[in-house]
Amino acid sequence: FLSLSLQAKMSRPVQAQRLEGIDKNIWVEFVKLAATYSTVNLGQGFPDFPPPDFLKEAFMRALSGENHMLHQYTRAFGHPPLVKILAQFFGKLLGRDLDPTTNVMVTVGAYQALFCCFQAFVDEGDEVIIIEPCFDCYEPMVKMAGGTPVFVPLRPKAPKDGKLMSSADWQLDPAELASKFSKRTKAIVLNSPNNPLGKVFSRGELELMADLCVKHDVLCISDEVYEWLVYDGKEHVRIASLQGMWDRTVIIGSAGKTFSATGWKVGWTVGPDRLLQHLRTVHQNSVYHCATVAQEAVAQGFQRELELYGKPESYFVQLPKELQQKRDWLVRSLDAVGMKPIVPEGTYFLVADISQFKSDVPDVPNSDEPYDSRFAKWMVKNKGLAAIPLSAFYCGSHKNNYDHFIRFCFAKEEATLKAANDILQKWKREKTSP
Amino acid sequence: MLFASRSFCCLGIRTYQLRTDLLSRSIKLSASATMAFRHKNTRRIEGLDSNVWVEFTKVAADPSIVNLGQGLPDISPPSYVKEELAKAAAVDRLNQYTRGFGHPSLVKALSQVYERVCGRKIDPLTDILVTVGAYGSLFSTIQALIEEGDEVIIVEPFYDCYEPMVKMAGAKPIFIPLRYKNYGNSASSADWVLEPAELANKFNSKTKAIILNTPHNPTGKVFTREELQVIADLCIKHDTLCISDEVYEWLVYKGKKHIKIATLPGMWERTITIGSAGKTYSVTGWKLGWSIGPQNLIKHLQVVHQNTLYTCPTPLQEALAQAFWIDYKRMDDPDCYFYSLSRELESKRDRMAQLLQEAGLKPVIPDGGYFMIVDVSTLNVDLSDVDEKQPYDYKFVRWMITSKKLSAIPLSAFCGPETKRQFEKYIRFCFIKKDSTLDAAEVILKNWNKQTA
Repeated sequence: FLSLSLQAKMSRPVQAQRLEGIDKNIWVEFVKLAATYSTVNLGQGFPDFPPPDFLKEAFMRALSGENHMLHQYTRAFGHPPLVKILAQFFGKLLGRDLDPTTNVMVTVGAYQALFCCFQAFVDEGDEVIIIEPCFDCYEPMVKMAGGTPVFVPLRPKAPKDGKLMSSADWQLDPAELASKFSKRTKAIVLNSPNNPLGKVFSRGELELMADLCVKHDVLCISDEVYEWLVYDGKEHVRIASLQGMWDRTVIIGSAGKTFSATGWKVGWTVGPDRLLQHLRTVHQNSVYHCATVAQEAVAQGFQRELELYGKPESYFVQLPKELQQKRDWLVRSLDAVGMKPIVPEGTYFLVADISQFKSDVPDVPNSDEPYDSRFAKWMVKNKGLAAIPLSAFYCGSHKNNYDHFIRFCFAKEEATLKAANDILQKWKREKTSP
Repeated sequence: MLFASRSFCCLGIRTYQLRTDLLSRSIKLSASATMAFRHKNTRRIEGLDSNVWVEFTKVAADPSIVNLGQGLPDISPPSYVKEELAKAAAVDRLNQYTRGFGHPSLVKALSQVYERVCGRKIDPLTDILVTVGAYGSLFSTIQALIEEGDEVIIVEPFYDCYEPMVKMAGAKPIFIPLRYKNYGNSASSADWVLEPAELANKFNSKTKAIILNTPHNPTGKVFTREELQVIADLCIKHDTLCISDEVYEWLVYKGKKHIKIATLPGMWERTITIGSAGKTYSVTGWKLGWSIGPQNLIKHLQVVHQNTLYTCPTPLQEALAQAFWIDYKRMDDPDCYFYSLSRELESKRDRMAQLLQEAGLKPVIPDGGYFMIVDVSTLNVDLSDVDEKQPYDYKFVRWMITSKKLSAIPLSAFCGPETKRQFEKYIRFCFIKKDSTLDAAEVILKNWNKQTA
């Protein structure tokens, strides 16, 4: 028979407490649905066009070249050619001298960079301010680190008469934001350009945030993965370049978004050594090294972009130009059928108001599931069009605040966007005809 | 006066001016100057910042040093592996995100290979997680299943990341050393054993897991079925999990067999078995590994994974899947890379051992893996004038790098605090090196005695 202590052990759950409340993930379900039902997938955020040729060629050169040591471990905190070029590139953008070994660290995608930040800086009891709607991983990562997420919403202001709503119309209330800062606030997570709305925070908005960070001695985790995807001549302002912010900010970037190669999972952090040293500690005790070949290729990609910076052939000029056209296409497409798009200033996402289509998916009172989620599932199953409900980007109790929006990804080939348009047009016809 | 009242207002006020004027800027500057920077590291990483590799991998950058230290091959991966990567990267879709818990074709291939090896059904979607190297699997496993209040048994010497990972999870490492039983003249890794009574004493109600590494880094020990049974019996008796790091599973030399502890009765349900593409295919720079186990354990690793890096690189996973299919189909054929690499390494092992013996050193001949530990005390190199606080092997390796242009890793890097003295006469050599590297090592070792004479 079992001893009492053994029984006690067996009655405890096998998993660690840090996993409590973070096991759910909407992507698992929605990716499966898209794979099963969708004919047009505007759901998960990745391009359906390839990375640029110069990058693919760099990858091929790296894997097949004379130097077969590129298939072995490289420097753990970042392949030397990559950290060197990142230090140069971001040094130029920030107007600072950056040291490749202390001011830059390479990670497995921006996702792992975020993880390192939370693990390095968030202790039990620390509060982290998160602006909603937001990329869904921030909340569970804060919780896994034992921290408390404190949410502050972007609130939509009605657009001027006759105009479509813009992501710029979604704003923080300064007093509300200030009220979220407390003695326990360790960090604020900023995502600009913002996923899912596409908002590009203005200099004024960032200065407000910066003032509060400095006043309360709070860190800023700045997720800037969409930094190049900015439209209508808008400027992506880096909060780390504002007064008092370099010393307290970790900037996060992504090769996946920068070079349309999400499957390479190469990301990076840029910041002061006294913050990055702790990210290095987390990194060396969790994954240690990142894959070499992709880092070599990304380094070459950045080398090219450094040389072509600001020129029309630069990928960082061409990509946003192309994506802006796709954005405008999708905006027209949605507007034409009565789905009201919120025109994004950046990113490759667009959120649309589906209120006029609600009749297709009747409300279910007292349902656990937010309406927009049920709508999105119905849409992929019945129309073959995959999108993500906006409630996926809100946390727990706030999921029902905005229940009539869905997010589309428009980093798609023309054919894909045309096919989406066909589905929407057909849908509209079915609604209006008896 | 105006300055003073402004600063007083700013401290208490909730609404805030949007414009940053000269006055508020100077207030901010003075505020940040007086506040001490409070952003230190979190408790979980306290004391985990140092690392033996930081010092010794720098050596790799110096081409004048024959590097037998860090465990990475300087031989080329098989050409078909590189070809598969080229093929994969040419497919547009394979440059974008894949399934988070593991690329479908890869988990399918892994399930086939390991079903054959383990003799049991393995579900590719629920029983497997693909991670960033075996390192990532260790991290996911420990974060998923270990927490404050738990004890984790670690066999010394151990791959150095086990201890900090256990500590980062808030748990307590409990060390037990392999002890050298001299059964003959030439030392073999088989001579290093766990004492069953000593091991049993380490288990108690707090013991959440034991970390097993077989074939073992750094000794090269391949645990026998009987030795594994002793561990299994204790795991079952105390309801303990087993984290089995089997990255060197294919590198087992003549006369020895790699046994998976998960195949012993009562062990599948409590074991996570970890493997590595880097070690299997000589592609350490691909950083792909996997955890295999029962769904009720793997699901927790998947939760960690989805909250840490979500998905691993796609083209590498596809290439690995294709490489696995190629070798799966020839698992009955001696040309299968799993066996041919092992044969290649065995002759390197034998050559390395001979060179070391001729130089007056006492190598421990490994039954598996690609490391060899060596007792350097027979050389009687006097380093007493060097910094006393450092263990002998650290001093010896640094001296050897500088004066002999040969690098290795000090064994005390792989030990807990209590046993450092026990292991400080050993250093670790890596022999998965091309012939020219071993030739260069031979020159140094042959000339060793001449120089010191």
